[in-house]
Amino acid sequence: MSGWGRERAARDARIEAGRAHAAGKVVTAADVVALLEAILQPGDRVCLEGDNQKQADCLARGLSQCDPACVHDLHMVQSGIVLPEHLDIFEQGIAKRLDYSYSGPQGARIARMLYGGQIELGAVHTYLELFARYFVDLTPNVALIAGVSADRDGNLYTGPNTEDTPTVVEATAFKNGVVVAQVNEIVDRVPRVDIPGDRIDFVVEADKPFYVEPLFTRDPAAMTETQILMAMMAIKGIYAEYGIRRLNHGIGFGTAAIELLLPTYAERLGLKGQIATHWALNPHPTLIPAIESGWVKQVHCFGSEVGMDRYIRERSDIFFTGADGSLRSNRAFCQTAGLYACDLFIGSTLQIDLAGHSSTVTQNRVAGFGGAPNMGSDPHGRRHPSDTWMKAGREAQVTGDPALMRGRKLVVQIVETFGEGLVPAFVEQLDALELARKIGLELAPVMVYADDVTHIVTEEGIANLLLCRTADEREQAIRGVAGYTEIGRGRDRAMVERLRQRGIVRRPEDLGIEPLDADRSLLAARSIKDLVHWSGGLYEPPAKFRNW
Amino acid sequence: MEKLSFRHTTQRALAGAKAQAITGVVASGNLEVLLERALAPTECTVEIETPIRGYGEVWAAVVADFVARAQPGGLRITINDGGARPDTVSLRLLQGARLMEV
Amino acid sequence: MSERIIDPAAKGWATSWYEASARARVDGLLDAGSFREVIGPEQRRMSPHLPLFDLPRAFDDGMIVGSGRLDGKPVLVAAQEGRFMGGAFGEVHGAKLVGLLRAALALKPDAVLILFDTGGVRLQEANAGETAIAEVMRAIVQLRAAGVPVIGLIGGRAGAYGGGGLIAGTCSRLVVSEGGRISVSGPEVIETNKGAEEFDSRDRALVWRTMGGKHRRLTGGADAYADDTVAAFRQAALDLIGRAPAFDLATLEAEQARLEQRLTRFGDCRDGTEIWARLGVNDPEAVPALTTAAFDTLLASLGETTHDAR
Repeated sequence: MSGWGRERAARDARIEAGRAHAAGKVVTAADVVALLEAILQPGDRVCLEGDNQKQADCLARGLSQCDPACVHDLHMVQSGIVLPEHLDIFEQGIAKRLDYSYSGPQGARIARMLYGGQIELGAVHTYLELFARYFVDLTPNVALIAGVSADRDGNLYTGPNTEDTPTVVEATAFKNGVVVAQVNEIVDRVPRVDIPGDRIDFVVEADKPFYVEPLFTRDPAAMTETQILMAMMAIKGIYAEYGIRRLNHGIGFGTAAIELLLPTYAERLGLKGQIATHWALNPHPTLIPAIESGWVKQVHCFGSEVGMDRYIRERSDIFFTGADGSLRSNRAFCQTAGLYACDLFIGSTLQIDLAGHSSTVTQNRVAGFGGAPNMGSDPHGRRHPSDTWMKAGREAQVTGDPALMRGRKLVVQIVETFGEGLVPAFVEQLDALELARKIGLELAPVMVYADDVTHIVTEEGIANLLLCRTADEREQAIRGVAGYTEIGRGRDRAMVERLRQRGIVRRPEDLGIEPLDADRSLLAARSIKDLVHWSGGLYEPPAKFRNW
Repeated sequence: MEKLSFRHTTQRALAGAKAQAITGVVASGNLEVLLERALAPTECTVEIETPIRGYGEVWAAVVADFVARAQPGGLRITINDGGARPDTVSLRLLQGARLMEV
Repeated sequence: MSERIIDPAAKGWATSWYEASARARVDGLLDAGSFREVIGPEQRRMSPHLPLFDLPRAFDDGMIVGSGRLDGKPVLVAAQEGRFMGGAFGEVHGAKLVGLLRAALALKPDAVLILFDTGGVRLQEANAGETAIAEVMRAIVQLRAAGVPVIGLIGGRAGAYGGGGLIAGTCSRLVVSEGGRISVSGPEVIETNKGAEEFDSRDRALVWRTMGGKHRRLTGGADAYADDTVAAFRQAALDLIGRAPAFDLATLEAEQARLEQRLTRFGDCRDGTEIWARLGVNDPEAVPALTTAAFDTLLASLGETTHDAR
């Protein structure tokens, strides 16, 4: 046996051991534990599909039932820490090391376990960065993935929630790894082949359909006047100002409010066709009115969203759909789209400091990053111009020969000055630094760095950091929109006024917006039911959002 | 409950003749503001009852900014706070002043 | 100077009943400018109990009472603010409603309108709240016996639960909208006592099939179904005043018979859709999604369920 084919030989041996528990490629849910114990080796790098939305929950349960005596010290590499089992396996000694991206749902528990030393943390990544490492130094030995259905040859249909799966399988299958897929059902013929069968080694018919988090649904009934005011400012002060056609919205009420203001407020401003036409975005239900009103040319999605499948099928001119008619999402490509093909990212955060660094880490909660660091970064590799990009570039400080000037991607942080429980969003020092000290991280978990942030939008106004020329100006511009927080109250009033003269700080009045006009009547839809009506009955909201 | 009270002098009386107005609801993150045209033309008082202690300085700043902006001379303003954020307080005060200007 | 883009005086866009505050509902329901509030917020008759719990109070204790006109007819009105303490009955809140009903006995308006939006009794003021609820029910009965119809309007976030549901049961007629709910025990209470298998309170579609506006209207638990607008509630209330039954033995016996018949007919059904199917609805699963117009058509096709009951 050649010394250069050892990994392949090892892989074949694992599969051989696994076959004892399978009929061909097919494994029953009852045999999952036995299968995993057969194919896993101690110290393996394992990708357990915890995507942003879909979860390989049957396989996660199986993994947490494995005997730690034979399956231990695994190095988990996965996008999301979402299910309790994702952390149980660390307590059980099944897993030891972790590299991941997002941990929102388990934020409190993972914080406790990191402080307590129960997890050996590699690093927290942004999605695209983690995917990149799957091909370099974090290649999985075993991938445990989730799909909708499979045939007996292992051809896999991943459907609307395709998300990370093609990327995970590409890295694992082509580098001598073993791929196990759980599916909702085994069929004679899949509606479309998302992953060809020769990349899938085992198919488990799960005990119940894989779990999907409805993350991107925001109930318009809960939207406040403050969020509406911020949305109006963003539309008039940034989208109109820079002519934003290609964009990504991060998750949250602020961006959902912008979506609902397009057919109404933005329409009145005469902006249709000039802004918000091309999107890298999950299928937000709150975008339905804008789509129906003709604002949107197309949307590429990271994943799907519970309840949107039928609507997407009937809007194939807008969304990416397969021959079967259902959505085809792909997180890796959508993240890339957000990085290079969008001129604006806008998202929320929990903390911003005086330089403009922002983070969602707090003392008690580690949410990870998700896609924000990538979406909210200025890609130096970009080479194609756009009016938006060039305008932003001109506003930033141009040193050297103007002919060698580059553009800038707009990275906007939209945040209310006070968050839940009256906790200020503006701080002297990010909690992230304290966390880094406490658990010995080399890098403080900053979500978007100051040199990437171009604008901050609060209910008090917009700070344009591109136009700031000194650290002092930057600090006062931030204080100038920090409202009644201690940071805001500590502003140099005279200096903020001067910044206002230069357009670096703009209040609603400076934008021609009357704060009392920020009224719920501006929302194109004021309830989930309204969204259902807008969609012609195609949108089917999850049970928890219904009031009928 | 924390009780706060502020007294201000304005440059002029608030326009309009409306005797009283009320805006907002006492609910989480919200507040109720009662405005009564009951004082001398350049006097304004703002009384607050709130379950969230320790934000006296913030209330003082919000009220001062509101008085400077709206010039609510003659108004006695009473607030029942349900834990609203400062910008919501500003908004309700401005909404209230607008209702009184009729 | 920035242009105002919203004209506060314009009511061109239909105000959602569900979203509106109690004050806005009263304002939109009655003839313009006709509402005269009593024991208004400036009186500051607030809860004597809530400060003990470090809870904020409302100037009107979440209950607005007064007189006005509905299409020229003199009416007395009570409206609950569902977002304050869940619209729950406290001492002052309850006393204001009792007082209004007793005043109605003396004033004999064309009708009393009660705008329900309540989860029941306020736990912090339980005894006073329960007493008030009992007194309200007694007062309504006296009013009805004196020939004054009491019309309940139900379409807010809190619904009409607990004591509110009981009071609704004593009204002459009820208007309900899709978002409204009428019951006594709430979904969580049922789940806690009977288990999630019996009733999963997080299944909101189930909650509405069991307690929601459409279901109540279909089974005679409410007498009129209104679109979620103030204008629709106004129209429905006007219509029902004209159709309120006499409060006599015949009416009560008819109500008893109606309820007995309903129990016999549907008592073994396991879900609202089964009941609707037995009522003759062709596609029961589609009922929750029906627009107001479609639902009205359905009601008409089933044969108007007017009865001499309640």
